[in-house]
Amino acid sequence: MMLRRPLFWLILLLAAVFAWLPKHGNNVALREDLILVAVAIILTSNLNLMIGYTGYVNFGHIVFYGLGGYVGLYLMTVRSWHLIPAALTAGVAVSVLALLFGLGILRLRGAYFALATIGVLEAVQAFVSNFESWGRSTGMYVSFESYVPMGGPKHALWLTYFLIIGVMALSLMLSLGIRRSKFGLGLFAIREDEDAAIVLGVNATLYKAIIYSVSAFLPAVAGALMFFKNGMIDPSIAFEYMLSLEGIVMLMLGGQGTVAGSALGAGLYERLRSYLLTSPRLSAFHLVIAGALLLLVIRLAPGGLIGWLYRLVPRSREVIE
Amino acid sequence: MSGILASMIDGLLIGSVYGLAAMGLSLIWGVMDVINLTHGAMIALGMFGMYLLFGASAANPYLLLIPVIAAGLVLGMIVYWLSVSWVIDRPQLMSLLSTFAVNMMVIGIGTAIWSTSPYNVNFSLPGITVGAYTFTGNHIAAAISAVVIALLLELFLYRTRAGKAIRAVADNRDAAELMGISSTQVLMVAFAIGIALAAASGALVSTLFPFTILSGASYQLKSFVVTVLAGLGKPFGALVAGVLLGLLEGAVSPFIAVSWIPLIEFGLFVVVLILFPRGIFGRATA
Repeated sequence: MMLRRPLFWLILLLAAVFAWLPKHGNNVALREDLILVAVAIILTSNLNLMIGYTGYVNFGHIVFYGLGGYVGLYLMTVRSWHLIPAALTAGVAVSVLALLFGLGILRLRGAYFALATIGVLEAVQAFVSNFESWGRSTGMYVSFESYVPMGGPKHALWLTYFLIIGVMALSLMLSLGIRRSKFGLGLFAIREDEDAAIVLGVNATLYKAIIYSVSAFLPAVAGALMFFKNGMIDPSIAFEYMLSLEGIVMLMLGGQGTVAGSALGAGLYERLRSYLLTSPRLSAFHLVIAGALLLLVIRLAPGGLIGWLYRLVPRSREVIE
Repeated sequence: MSGILASMIDGLLIGSVYGLAAMGLSLIWGVMDVINLTHGAMIALGMFGMYLLFGASAANPYLLLIPVIAAGLVLGMIVYWLSVSWVIDRPQLMSLLSTFAVNMMVIGIGTAIWSTSPYNVNFSLPGITVGAYTFTGNHIAAAISAVVIALLLELFLYRTRAGKAIRAVADNRDAAELMGISSTQVLMVAFAIGIALAAASGALVSTLFPFTILSGASYQLKSFVVTVLAGLGKPFGALVAGVLLGLLEGAVSPFIAVSWIPLIEFGLFVVVLILFPRGIFGRATA
């Protein structure tokens, strides 16, 4: 079933290109550029499960990434776990937490939920900034010993890179798999009309809590990997509000509700952002440009780039999901 | 014990400013069903508006509230035209995102001009000393200003034709249109008033604490909490709920670090939404 969908093969191709390009020629600068694109794709495609599939805006999606980083780094530095089990455990722990949160705040409908997600972000950040074991506002550092089981920092960084590419591919596969499943149809029904969906037998609260929890897993794993790569974590970089918001811009730009759109928007916006941030004249205005872009997209092309493609070439719907 | 009392009285004074901020959010939410995510940015602009005016004129800050409110009304109309007018009848997701986009632009421009370093308005009134405690004059004056502005809004909504039109549109837009009320104009006016209230509350906050361009966000969170406490579209209820929130902050602040307060406010927000979806002052049936 999956194997007959062109996008499945495109995702594999994308991951292979991402893995091969920097390794071939040992181009570390390119690797650092691509890793940011990969993280943007991971965050955006998982955010799409909430906004695009279920119609619920999550303003605090970055919480999963930051918490994953914290749990992962805590296990690696304080408990001296290996990177891979630590990252997976971080994913599971954050998913479980999201499920518990979700069962509470997902009883709120529509806009109230969106407001509650801003609160989740503020509350988690307040908690972490005061939490003794996680170093309060100074955060945690990765000690040199953590690299030893992986054959030194150089190998550890390449391993982390390949793992992040893997998580990126899994994120897109997850979106693709849910899209044509019965569960996915339930989510779309909630998005279109929640009351009607409930009448037709969709257990809306449970579905929403599950997708909220699922959308937390891979970002948390990515957070553990990424903050290990960076070597440190503190509350202000772990829960960077702007990154959470830019995820929404990426998703709307590419086309919410589509797998290809979330990847396309993330890739394009991340490159634009790197360009703006390094340009001396424009770096101060990158938020202004992001805001203006978001406003233009929802005004002129609410379906994003993919929605625009659908209108231009209707048959593309069958290939580009 | 008297320490807690003093802290609570101070909380009550500051709470009236929270209430004023929340009135703006509540008015817009109630009249046009738009959750205005530019709210925090507008509060921050009010702070910097006061900073600039005070720096230029050194006049009494409470007189400077008048030009801040006037500028807020004009700004409100611009923001309405830019981000709200075309999403009124579209899904709520769209108005959330469009006001949010304007928020990003304002914060971006503000950061480019003022960076994120703190500013303050260097003005202080003599305080009132009771026993071992002194209540600063600025806190008292801010509370009085907030209550006066709230009363003026109440008079406007309940004693003028324009106010009646706003209430009519809030109740039932189609019926109001049939009675010859131009709802597009009414919505724009209501939105402008909401923004002006946010700016006024920001201007008052600037006389109390140091602030940055990002300070608006925490007052935005407080405004959401206050609005759901009061129930939607009840501006005067928002003032009362704001005072309650201030009292609560005053009561807990002697015991815990300030950085825990967002956690408590958020907990309150979710609990109130789940237990009292129509607000504490809301009726059981619509």
